[in-house]
Amino acid sequence: MPKVTMVEAIAMAQAWELAHDPSVVVLGEDVGKSGGVFRATSGLFERFGADRVQDTPLAENMIAGMCVGMAAQGMRPVAEIQFMGFLYPAIDQIVNHMSRLRHRTRGRLSCPVVIRTPHGGGIHAPEHHSESVESMIAHVPGIRVVCPSSPARAYGLLLASIRDPDPVLFLEPTRIYRLAKQEVADDGVAAPLDVCYILREGEDVTIVTWGAITTDVLQAAEQLAAQGISAEVIDLATVSPIDSETILDSVAKTGRLVIVHEAARNCGVGAEIAAIVAEHGLHDLLAPVQRVTGFDTVVPLYRLENDYIPSVTRIVDAAKATLAG
Amino acid sequence: MRTVAEFRIEYLRHLSPQGRPLEELPAFAADNDELLKMFAAMLRARTFDAKAVNLQRTGKLGTYAPCLGQEAAHVGVGAAMRPEDCLAIVYREIGTLFWRGVSMTEVLLYWGGDERGNNFAVPRHDFPWCVPIATQTLHAAGAAMAFKIRKEPRCAVAYIGDGGTSEGTFYEAMNLAGARQLPIVFVVVNNKWAISVPIEEQTAAETLAQKGIAAGIPGVQVDGNDVIAVRDCMSRALEKARNGGGPTVVEAISYRLSDHTTADDASRYRNEAEVAEAWKVEPMIRLRKLLESRGVLDEAREQAMKAEFTREVDAAVQEYLSTPRQSTDAMFDHLYANPPPYLEAQKELARRYAGTGRPSH
Repeated sequence: MPKVTMVEAIAMAQAWELAHDPSVVVLGEDVGKSGGVFRATSGLFERFGADRVQDTPLAENMIAGMCVGMAAQGMRPVAEIQFMGFLYPAIDQIVNHMSRLRHRTRGRLSCPVVIRTPHGGGIHAPEHHSESVESMIAHVPGIRVVCPSSPARAYGLLLASIRDPDPVLFLEPTRIYRLAKQEVADDGVAAPLDVCYILREGEDVTIVTWGAITTDVLQAAEQLAAQGISAEVIDLATVSPIDSETILDSVAKTGRLVIVHEAARNCGVGAEIAAIVAEHGLHDLLAPVQRVTGFDTVVPLYRLENDYIPSVTRIVDAAKATLAG
Repeated sequence: MRTVAEFRIEYLRHLSPQGRPLEELPAFAADNDELLKMFAAMLRARTFDAKAVNLQRTGKLGTYAPCLGQEAAHVGVGAAMRPEDCLAIVYREIGTLFWRGVSMTEVLLYWGGDERGNNFAVPRHDFPWCVPIATQTLHAAGAAMAFKIRKEPRCAVAYIGDGGTSEGTFYEAMNLAGARQLPIVFVVVNNKWAISVPIEEQTAAETLAQKGIAAGIPGVQVDGNDVIAVRDCMSRALEKARNGGGPTVVEAISYRLSDHTTADDASRYRNEAEVAEAWKVEPMIRLRKLLESRGVLDEAREQAMKAEFTREVDAAVQEYLSTPRQSTDAMFDHLYANPPPYLEAQKELARRYAGTGRPSH
């Protein structure tokens, strides 16, 4: 079994689907000959040719809109938006059309589209390159938001996203694109959407997270364990729709909840998770819910970005706060 | 200094506003039955349109965007397309929709607040009504891309209005189509008014056809009130696209004889003299005169056609009005192929409280 990075796993998943489904087309800015600015489409152009792996003109709204048209006419486009900060022009097409074409036509036309985009900061990138605004799209009915936290999960979730009959915004945490290699079987087996993954079982506190910061949460769980605190770590994986059941079951067991995300706090996905637990699991809670998030500020330029992204220490402190008193 | 690029925009018109052939007509125009069919389609659209406006005025239809005055552009485009081609409409083009098989009842359902009106029984592959301006041009370009990848001899047609050409999306769609030589025709129906903004204030460009030039796409103007010219122009653009010749921008110049929608009052911003002038060159007159001069149409025959369409429209109105509204389940049932469980709970909630809100029409 090959050991691969997340970015390699993402290219592997696309190659698998290109090879097995003739309706799949990979497209975006620089995804062809260059193989993508992060190399997430590396080797695909050479293997599948210019019709199946297309460099597009430079216009994000155009990319989303052409995906709507292609998907409605039987293709399965997998588009790359180069950075999440460049997703905004595409929101017109994503919100007004991609996510609701099935609904508007009573199922006559649909949009099996995947929009892949890098997510989050931590790579010393220029301005507008470190966004994590998943809650903007999570608020939109009719589209899924998926965010993997490891190479194997990226492979499986991307396959599932491409095969899903509805649109998926697939967020790729840039900070862990190449952080670690993992054995990933290139077997075309998808990982299910709409479910959380329990990465570490524990008894005292539930920590729900997703994306790059999952690695920090796992470190925090180690530190907590060293202090005698047993943390259960849940990778949300599908950011929308949220798998409430797994979270509520865990909170019923631990009685404590910490939500960790890199995105800003105000109206973030963490607020939805907290609300779900308040509505359906309040009596299981032994302590107030803690949110550990980015600040409600603009993501700073990179000299300060590691003070924006929640640290392991902040996560540990929040978990301990739920146990205090 | 040297000139590195120049362009020319041609203008096509076959019939004078009084129905006199100005040049040799295209071959299809020798077929009186075909021209009668197009005349009938225009009359049918106009009959429906008037009824739809009345339905809105009497509270039986929601806001509606009339097509009055643009029937030739819409029918000419429809007549030039093949059934397997793909259409991306805006919100006014019933002449094309009817030609392609969309039913009057479906159109009434949509503007009557029911999504089932977008579920065309025929053609299944055309895009639904599109309200966000210019967005549909990208859907057509994507469709054309799909046809090109699959090597299917099909074309996409995207409508857009004069106001829509100011949207960046329109340029993006043309640029993509030009760069990839997609089988697509952009039809700009220039009806001179984008709600209250006249074309002179919309752009400094002398023609809208030339907006394609920057994207490497040829543009042509056609008299949008001359159905023979529109069909001829579209047929050529479609044939070129179908044979790998790439996209075209067709600017069909017409006039919006109606208000923008039933929610608009054009008398607030538009003078009556201009509208009166436009009525003199409206599209029914010239085709009627040509057909009369050929001895295949007269007052009695037109009245008989009109009566038949009135009956058809009335039957569609009855069908529309007697169609029960969807249950609240309809809000949930088509959003996802695999809906999340919380939607099931919300669906139950909607059922339980159905009818407790403000009265629905």
